[in-house]
Amino acid sequence: MSASAAKNDVVVPGPFKQPASKVVPLAVQSKKFNYRAMAASVAQTIVPPLVVLVILLVIWQVACSNPSSSLPPPSEVWAQSKDLIVNPFYVNGDQDIGLGWRVLVSLERVAYGFGLAAIVGVLVGAIIGQSVWAMRGLDPIFQVLRTVPPLAWLPLSLAAFLDSRPSAIFVIFITSIWPIIINTAVGIRNIPQDYRNVAQVLRLNPIEFFYKIMVPAAAPYIFSGLKIGVGLSWLAIVAAEMLTGGVGIGFFIWDAWNSSRLTDIIVALVYIGTVGFVLDKLVTLLGAVITRGTASN
Amino acid sequence: MSAYLKLDHIGKSFQRSGTTSEVLRDIRLTIGKGEFVSIIGHSGCGKSTLLNLVAGLTCVTTGAVILENREVNSPGPDRAVVFQNHSLLPWLTVYENVNLAVSKVFAGSKTKAERNEWIMENLNLVQMAHAKDKLPGEISGGMKQRVGCARGVEMERKLVLLAAPFGALGALTRAHLQDQMMETHTRLGNTIIMIPHDVDEAVLLSDRIVMMTNGPAATIGEVLEVPLERPRNRIQLAGDRIYLKSREAVLKFLYERHRFVEAAE
Repeated sequence: MSASAAKNDVVVPGPFKQPASKVVPLAVQSKKFNYRAMAASVAQTIVPPLVVLVILLVIWQVACSNPSSSLPPPSEVWAQSKDLIVNPFYVNGDQDIGLGWRVLVSLERVAYGFGLAAIVGVLVGAIIGQSVWAMRGLDPIFQVLRTVPPLAWLPLSLAAFLDSRPSAIFVIFITSIWPIIINTAVGIRNIPQDYRNVAQVLRLNPIEFFYKIMVPAAAPYIFSGLKIGVGLSWLAIVAAEMLTGGVGIGFFIWDAWNSSRLTDIIVALVYIGTVGFVLDKLVTLLGAVITRGTASN
Repeated sequence: MSAYLKLDHIGKSFQRSGTTSEVLRDIRLTIGKGEFVSIIGHSGCGKSTLLNLVAGLTCVTTGAVILENREVNSPGPDRAVVFQNHSLLPWLTVYENVNLAVSKVFAGSKTKAERNEWIMENLNLVQMAHAKDKLPGEISGGMKQRVGCARGVEMERKLVLLAAPFGALGALTRAHLQDQMMETHTRLGNTIIMIPHDVDEAVLLSDRIVMMTNGPAATIGEVLEVPLERPRNRIQLAGDRIYLKSREAVLKFLYERHRFVEAAE
């Protein structure tokens, strides 16, 4: 193919050569360049953390390889908890399931609690952001409530709901709602007067104003609230499950501690960290897609 | 001349943290149906405030804005506003921005296809059809302002309020849009109040030019009639005696009798 192309280049004069030499090679070249640049940027983001990870594992291995050390080294984690690492989705009975399933169970609770918090939080935040007096009256109360640690809500919610599942969901809800409310309210208050004037001149009704002006204008704020909220709910569910039981990842850690399976705990911690990281990135990505334009302006 | 819009002894003060600043004092003006009126004055004399009062975006402190024998205190479907800073919503494309206004105004009277046609026609008018799927952040300031003008469904309403709509545009585009506006005005016979970009624009477009004194507590210093026949042609007017006289009168008002003194603030 390339040989014939080269032949063409030599034999065929001007007019035939022009489109071929102008269009095709340029496109190919720029694409090749893009791939190379992409590979370089991927390498730049992935290689350094990998190197650091390897160094940390080596240090850990060295530090814990003494037989008298109280914590297991990475090699022992691999040896004893290999099935947990290699196969996240095995099922060996009611209580013996892979960590992937456990994470999914926890995520389901987070989905309920956080989803509810997102809806209620944005609505309440919107109302508060619209009213100076609501802001003045409620803001101090929210600032106090948001500092209450997630687990401190658990006894109360157990007493109220009499069941562990809704209690865990409530704890997630009550933990993650404050940053959502506060950020939404601030975002709504910061909507430029210009946009409000446009809405007034076009005579948008309150519902149109809410979803055509308020939500998009405040979206960058709302999403930073959601991002904090999703992080908090993941923190809360792991802690809440330790106390309420069930099959979630939090209870798995507590269970492993009670039966002295330290290596399992270490694997579970890696799972929790990874899932938390992914959740955070997901909300960021969603925010970037939805706030196209708004954030850059 | 029937009193279509009456500004009846209007005063406007703003209060901020205990201090009151009087922006407008005792504005009296009657505008007839179909008139084209320009408001001219130095920066900070309250032109935009006056326009916002007529739009109903802010409320008068004293006096009243009376439109067709009704007091104005909120925006209405009979009035259109083209904002000075184009005020496009950054999360909507050019097309969607125009569509927001169009679908609201023509909700009952036009089908979706008709509305689409209307939008494309108006985008073509301001030569922005090629950028209809761009976000405001991706186009230049002048282009944004052109879209702001196109959003002027505005143009078809009974009372149109324009705050320096052609300010950031190049001379050719501006001339094009000015001609377009005169044509629309003649065809529809609607009433237009405009804050012009410069003296030439004021004289070319207006039936009357309202000249404001300097703020604070600005008021109407003088009202100049521009008795030029319509349709007006900018090339013929360039040497016209009445045109030049009107232009001179405005310039004299602005730069001799009411010179802008910055230290007065």
